Amino acid sequence: MAKLKPLTELRKEHFHFSRFPTTYCPGCGIGNVLQAVTRAIDETGRPPESFTFAVGIGCYGNIGNYLDFDELRLSHGRVPAMATGLKLARPDLNVIAMMGDGDATAIGGNHLIHAARRNIDITAIILNNHTYGMTGGQYSPATRLGDYATTAPYGMLEPAFDICKLAEGAGATFVARTTTFRMVQTIDIVRRAIEHPGFALVEIDSQCPVIYGRMNRWGDAVSMLKKQNALTVTLEKAKTMTPEELKGKIVVGIFKQAVEPEFTGEYYKVINRVRRPQDAS
Amino acid sequence: MPVSVVITVDARACKKCGICVEFCPKAVLESGPFGEVLVTRAEACNQCRLCELRCPDLAITVEGG
Repeated sequence: MAKLKPLTELRKEHFHFSRFPTTYCPGCGIGNVLQAVTRAIDETGRPPESFTFAVGIGCYGNIGNYLDFDELRLSHGRVPAMATGLKLARPDLNVIAMMGDGDATAIGGNHLIHAARRNIDITAIILNNHTYGMTGGQYSPATRLGDYATTAPYGMLEPAFDICKLAEGAGATFVARTTTFRMVQTIDIVRRAIEHPGFALVEIDSQCPVIYGRMNRWGDAVSMLKKQNALTVTLEKAKTMTPEELKGKIVVGIFKQAVEPEFTGEYYKVINRVRRPQDAS
Repeated sequence: MPVSVVITVDARACKKCGICVEFCPKAVLESGPFGEVLVTRAEACNQCRLCELRCPDLAITVEGG
């Protein structure tokens, strides 16, 4: 990993720091993710003008207020669909699709799996805080079995989605999971995801101390991070553990990294093949 | 050789969540009576900059050295 850039420079280059403090609750993991993503963008060495963020609805939807990047602010769940359109129209852009767990896997679940299946060169950063924080803590498909939510006052009855396995099964070529506590690893993984040619999905397990933490008596941000860290298992260690031992654990690492034909490239190959010479502009 | 480390907390951006205080490996920081972050042992700082990285509000900076 390259030497960390001074935070004052990062604030100046990539953030509207004059608009701080953010509207997020104290200790919310979104700020960590923003820092990790901007640092990763810096480390790729690509010009910041070549990046466009596509963000959906949720607490995450506000990030455009604080980031000094081009941004598409989209309807709920349609981030992968709109990002696909943008990438096909402007293949020179680096499109970063920022989604929450509800945005990506419930409302936009269909778009997500098809973007993964096409293997289009988009970097999807999914912040998994296990709840719909913005609307008051309803359960999402990523709420853990037995946990409490506004709409699950007696505990969640449905098992949670494993977002990484979902993406892997759908055909994403880069799949990784990390946490907000492991910031150095998060920056490294996000950088690899951006550099990966194809659909890259990074799930970042985050704390939601005010909504999810209080509902489940996990305490404040500090105790949530401690608990998150205690539940974290690296991929190497997970391989030696039984499925029973892995229940409820957060396995972090890069699950898949493969190079396969990328959709934008294939799409333009077809255009170049069928376009008549007189139509070429 | 003594290194001079300047740790600054932006009072406007800080929301007093206490993450930097709790996870500082050298116990450089302390919580004040109103939850604000106090730099009490700056000389112990080894500039790992984990407080910077883990701060959700980009409020704390470690400079110098």
